[in-house]
Amino acid sequence: MADVNRGNRPLSPHLTIYRPQLTSMTSILTRITGNAILISALLVVWWFLAAATSAEYFAFADGVLTSWFGDLVMTLSLWGLWYHTLAGLRHLVWDQGYGLDIPTAEKLGWACIGGSVFLTILTIAII
Amino acid sequence: MSYLTDRKRATGMGSAKSGTAHHWSMTLSAAALLVLIPLFIFTFGPMLGEPYDVVTAYFARPFPAIVAALTIIVSFHHFRGGVQTLIEDYVHGLAQKIAIIVMACLSYAAMAVGLYALIRLAL
Repeated sequence: MADVNRGNRPLSPHLTIYRPQLTSMTSILTRITGNAILISALLVVWWFLAAATSAEYFAFADGVLTSWFGDLVMTLSLWGLWYHTLAGLRHLVWDQGYGLDIPTAEKLGWACIGGSVFLTILTIAII
Repeated sequence: MSYLTDRKRATGMGSAKSGTAHHWSMTLSAAALLVLIPLFIFTFGPMLGEPYDVVTAYFARPFPAIVAALTIIVSFHHFRGGVQTLIEDYVHGLAQKIAIIVMACLSYAAMAVGLYALIRLAL
């Protein structure tokens, strides 16, 4: 009785089995953006350290961050930061028990994607 | 065959009975960052690419300096908690422990470097 069907039970569907959905993709993207931002966070800390060190060192660090590659990294990071912020807000809402039904969750997913792109463009326009 | 009863096999396999503190810490820092991140983006952002004199004078002022310091403290604390969850999901055993320790050290080191730089700029 204790060993009925042990080791031969159906497995919970996982990433390789599930068809990609907006909810799962936006969740994965939250994790990717949150962790990838470390790169630009370290660059910004380095930029501050350079500013606190000397004019020459600052010119070097600032030059790296504002080079074409630096611009690319910082722009992608800006989008990642806005995305992670909106997705985090979504989690705070979900944690209170609101918006958990699928139609609302999908709307919130589109809001994170659209909102992050909009805020990134807006930020670049303002700055 | 095994002589374990179903009850014996299930005992201890329920909730981990821990993790509430971690979740609450992430909730708290997330709420704080909701305010800090926009403030940081619009204080740090305009300074990127500005001349040395402008940047050092700007971050010697209280508001930009305090926003930057709070953002560095809270965001690296939040990152430390978040990356721990990432590691716990994908890395196991000794490698998991080492990875968590390394990322925690990196987070606190970056936090210290950022704060040191801000204090130097502010004073």
